[in-house]
Amino acid sequence: MKGMRDMPDETRADSAAATAKARQRRAGRAVTRALAGWIAVRRRMLSAGELGYLPVTLVLVAVWIIFQSLNSSFLSPRNLSNLSVDIVGTGLIAVGIVFVLLLGELDLSVGSISGFAAAVFAVLNVNNGVPEWLALIAAVLTGTVAGTVQGYSIARTRVPAFVVTLAGLLTWNGLMLVILGTSGTVNLDENGLIAHLTSYYFTNAGVAYAVAALATALVFLASYLNRRRRMALGMSHLPLHTVGVRTGVVAVIGFGSAYLLNQFQGLPLALLIFLATVAGLDIVLRRTHYGRQVYALGSSVEAARRASLGVTGVQTAVLAVSGTLAATGGLFLASRITSVSQNSGSGVLLLNAIAAAVIGGTSLFGGRGTTWSAVLGMLVIQSIASGMALTDTPTAVQLVITGGVLFAAVVIDSLSRHTQQAHGRA
Amino acid sequence: MILLPPPLLALHGVCKRFGVVEVLRDIELEIHAGEVLALLGDNGAGKSTLVKVISGVAPADQGSIEWEGRPVHIRRPQDARDLGIATVYQDLALCGGLDVVGNLFLGREIRRFGFLDEVEMERRSTQLLERLTRSIPDLRGPLVSLSSGQRQTVAIARSLLGDPRVLLLDEPTAALGFEQTTEVLDLVDRLRDQGLGVLLISHNMGDVKALADRAAVLRLGRNNGFFDVSTTPQEQIISSITGATDNVPRRPAHREAEW
Repeated sequence: MKGMRDMPDETRADSAAATAKARQRRAGRAVTRALAGWIAVRRRMLSAGELGYLPVTLVLVAVWIIFQSLNSSFLSPRNLSNLSVDIVGTGLIAVGIVFVLLLGELDLSVGSISGFAAAVFAVLNVNNGVPEWLALIAAVLTGTVAGTVQGYSIARTRVPAFVVTLAGLLTWNGLMLVILGTSGTVNLDENGLIAHLTSYYFTNAGVAYAVAALATALVFLASYLNRRRRMALGMSHLPLHTVGVRTGVVAVIGFGSAYLLNQFQGLPLALLIFLATVAGLDIVLRRTHYGRQVYALGSSVEAARRASLGVTGVQTAVLAVSGTLAATGGLFLASRITSVSQNSGSGVLLLNAIAAAVIGGTSLFGGRGTTWSAVLGMLVIQSIASGMALTDTPTAVQLVITGGVLFAAVVIDSLSRHTQQAHGRA
Repeated sequence: MILLPPPLLALHGVCKRFGVVEVLRDIELEIHAGEVLALLGDNGAGKSTLVKVISGVAPADQGSIEWEGRPVHIRRPQDARDLGIATVYQDLALCGGLDVVGNLFLGREIRRFGFLDEVEMERRSTQLLERLTRSIPDLRGPLVSLSSGQRQTVAIARSLLGDPRVLLLDEPTAALGFEQTTEVLDLVDRLRDQGLGVLLISHNMGDVKALADRAAVLRLGRNNGFFDVSTTPQEQIISSITGATDNVPRRPAHREAEW
């Protein structure tokens, strides 16, 4: 959307194209102009401090190049396919963190909620024989309820979220230990629904390509219809080639990934669920009244209040979303190891989820970021983990490096915020 | 007298106390369509409280309010909004992270098939801003990247979305540089030409001289004179603000002038 007003409209079909040569030259010029326009817009955005996905993309490319040069099996279809499944559990939790960060708050309870939800599922299903689908719904709702309770408390008491969710962290963790009992570890059914969440692959190559085609078609239709409507209303609109470039980027990424995944076992179910969730929630955040309220609250609570937005409702809902996604992520994490133990949801999980959101470009100061940042940030973190494992680097080094990336991300976030403000004063 | 339409908004004998402190006492005020009324007074004179009374944030304890000649009650901000009174507070209350369109339509987004209709909102934003200002800001940039004058314009534009007939501006130029002040004053001038009644709170006599038709002075919570800005010497207004002269008229000065 950004910067579309500045681009000239060069789309009018030129019916009087005299010779093929002239047409070719014109096409060349159009491409050059499109590129120049794109660069100009990007440069303006950069100088204004709107970095978008640029830093995280550069980091990701750098990480991939480094590990590929260290170990040639890093970019193999097998490793990338595993990587794409490994990011899902923590990635879903990170998407919830994005919602909370958009409010300018922090949710420390997501790790505990993910473990608690997984324990609820395991105890209900394995120990008490409740059908899997019912136990699954119960587990996810556990997260929703936990999040709602926290969100409502935060909204009503106005205690900062990180304090309330810190209390939540301890509470949910304690409850998990209670329901797991003395046995400690519960093994899940290897062939059950939950196990399939991360072990099922669409081996039919057509599925991956169909998903890629669908995504491409949707992006094209959305851009094209938007352009047509703006044109009909006489407003500035995207040149046709920009629509083309945008569609092309999605197509290249989509079909490229589909091809790679088909080289191994096909499209993983977990990845499909993850991407569908992220895309769906992205639309919720950026294209609905609810999402607009989240961004508004993240920028200025007072302004939102004066615009008579339902502050309590939005804060509660955001924490509820975060809890729900944490529970869902917990089920994927349990699925990966087909067991739930007292260690579920502990350790670096919480920190990785927060780091992923921030590395992906979601601002710690609220009001800036999208759900896609969780995907990109998670890719960076998991790529580092995977590359370290391949090159037999000790975990300690991995932590240091992830920490460095996180620090860089926070610095970039803070700097870009200052740049934006300074830009305003200029 | 009969030929004149009643004022858009008239306050008679308005009192407001916070606890034992009497902040406003027997305030008289009239705002006419197509007129800029400056509200002047030293710090603590009760200017902001008066704005809160009119905008329904802090309703009056006593006195009557008339809207186009008929008595009304303003007890909540919603009441004021329903009458057609819009307020731009000094701190603007905008969301820095949202873009201009998002800010203008915050809380009253236009929807299409359940989703935000960005195209329609942007179209109306452009129309609205074209009416108000010569230098339309980048509608899709975040608000923090706008100059403070542009932000003030956005805040005023936002208050105009509900098609108000009276606009209360609390120190609109206090934080602005020279050029941006001119920009905002031009805007207020244009709104007056479009028939709005504007109540302008300002500390800046220059702004008042340049823009206002009349000035109402408050001193220690009471009226301390109404002046025709174009004919009254500035010194007289200032001495009324500082309390060097106490002139509490029974009626607004301009009415007496008409008799």
